[in-house]
Amino acid sequence: MSAIAARRRTLPGFGLTMGLTLSWLSVIILIPLAGLFLKSLELSPEQFWNILSSRRTLNALRVSFGLAFAAACVNLVMGSIIVWALVRYRFPGRRLFDAIVDVPFALPTAVAGVALTALFAEKGWLGAPLAALGIKVAFTPVGIFVAMIFIGIPFVVRTVQPVLQDLDPEIEEAAGSLGASRWQTIIRVILPSLGPALLTGLALAFARAVGEYGSVIFIAGNLPNVSEIAPLLIVIRLSEFRYADATAIAVVMLVVSFVVIFAVNRLQRWAQSRIPAR
Amino acid sequence: MTIEVKNLVKKFGSFKAIDGVDLKVDNGELLALLGPSGSGKTTLLRIIAGLDWPDSGEVSFNGEDALAQGARERHVGFVFQHYALFRHMTVFENVAFGLRVQPRAIRKDEATIRARVKELLDLVQLDWLADRYPSQLSGGQRQRIALARALAIEPRILLLDEPFGALDAKVRKELRRWLRSLHHEINVTSIFVTHDQEEALEVANRVVVMDKGRIEQIGSPDDVYESPATAFVHGFIGESIELPVHIAGGVIRLGDRPLRLAADGLAPGASKLFVRRHDMLVGPPGSGAFEGAVQHVRNFGPVQRAEVALSGGETIEIDAPRDRELRVGDSVGLQPRRYRIFAG
Repeated sequence: MSAIAARRRTLPGFGLTMGLTLSWLSVIILIPLAGLFLKSLELSPEQFWNILSSRRTLNALRVSFGLAFAAACVNLVMGSIIVWALVRYRFPGRRLFDAIVDVPFALPTAVAGVALTALFAEKGWLGAPLAALGIKVAFTPVGIFVAMIFIGIPFVVRTVQPVLQDLDPEIEEAAGSLGASRWQTIIRVILPSLGPALLTGLALAFARAVGEYGSVIFIAGNLPNVSEIAPLLIVIRLSEFRYADATAIAVVMLVVSFVVIFAVNRLQRWAQSRIPAR
Repeated sequence: MTIEVKNLVKKFGSFKAIDGVDLKVDNGELLALLGPSGSGKTTLLRIIAGLDWPDSGEVSFNGEDALAQGARERHVGFVFQHYALFRHMTVFENVAFGLRVQPRAIRKDEATIRARVKELLDLVQLDWLADRYPSQLSGGQRQRIALARALAIEPRILLLDEPFGALDAKVRKELRRWLRSLHHEINVTSIFVTHDQEEALEVANRVVVMDKGRIEQIGSPDDVYESPATAFVHGFIGESIELPVHIAGGVIRLGDRPLRLAADGLAPGASKLFVRRHDMLVGPPGSGAFEGAVQHVRNFGPVQRAEVALSGGETIEIDAPRDRELRVGDSVGLQPRRYRIFAG
């Protein structure tokens, strides 16, 4: 009787999928993160503060977040242009270029780091001409920046691409026939339509760059206070058996990343609400 | 504003979308481009708007070359079949768009823009929707907003591409009447594209019938219905019976059977005979040009639609008045009240 009385859902499997989702997310994400927070509780607030306010930690965080944000911004601009070319024009090799965008996804980051270092080293193909101009890339913060751009670009391209593909060309024709210049059409019509996707791409590229380790450590030079990223500092502290120090830095990274992602998410939802689905 | 199109040709690859079109549109006209899909009517409209470019030929507005200008300079209002509203803008901002993107030198101040948008929303009777987003509107409302948006720039010409094509039948009929009265009110030279003959005949002052990139006939709605110029027009507009006939020695034959119809002035050879369904008069056997047996009858309000198998082997559908009930199996004589014969 109770089985008949139970409310029937049109979509079956809610209990099963929801249960799996919660337990899986707990095992994979929540429990490790909780462990991180618990470990950092071993520190007194004073110790915690001392670790964080040390010059080396602050510099590492500044390098990580600052450069990641700058790289994400560059990726946002360049990624948008790449998406535009890939979606809007038909040219020989388009499919090849489309595939190349995914290389940073697939390439082991250490390989990418070694390759970029070789390329931008003082005698490398790109490093030599740049060195002639007085610009040093490898083993400086600029190198970190370059590596972060490299690993972040597919995130912007792949999030914006489907949205631009779905954007009806008639919208642009309508804007044109109403007297809008090409520039006005881009600023007033196309960019606002792509807004949420651009923000998502920015957030993903930023998050990826903040967490990047493999490619950066090869090219960075890893000079404390100058070109040392926070993830590397965590590894160094771990190798010194200063686990609490490592977790303190990790907690800060986690919180800042979460706040940034959350803020972008809200911003994206706000933008989305202004463009209700068709 | 008059529009003149001369010897226009547009190819997509080897496909000739427009194949030598000449057209003159008078000031203040409401012209329909009517044709089946693929007849080139939308391409012609897009070329006039500046959204497509012809391979050869001329387009001029009031005698000045329009092809020298892009869509932006032509000052033409274009209404798309699927509205093409800006989804991230309110209805108000959609309508205001054309005013806001004007060059700074001639751009109006905010108060003027607001007043103008309000006026346009009143004109399309949707002023109460100003703060909504396009996704919150019905199809008919969206199309009216799209029209208001196109009118905001005070276009010299208004072009509508299948404006009611995406709407359901009832809304479509309402909007037809509304469009005609709106045109009466604003009196802008307008061209609309449609594949719906009823729409073209009901709304337009003049109808241009197109097929395969060519113009088949230009005329008033009465002209194209009452005196179709070509076999295509006769078949496309109105419900027609089409019979393959052969003319030789002053006699018209359907299959082997000579028809008692005058063949004066008709070229000999294979031809097509067209009769409107309601122009086929039903009489007793032997009374008309055709003989046949009724195979199927359905009643449609004032008429009965009968399927008649002609003794020549063809089966046709006729609309007969209900004063004489037809029954399945009846033998009847059919006499066309009016008919036309086209060579080919």
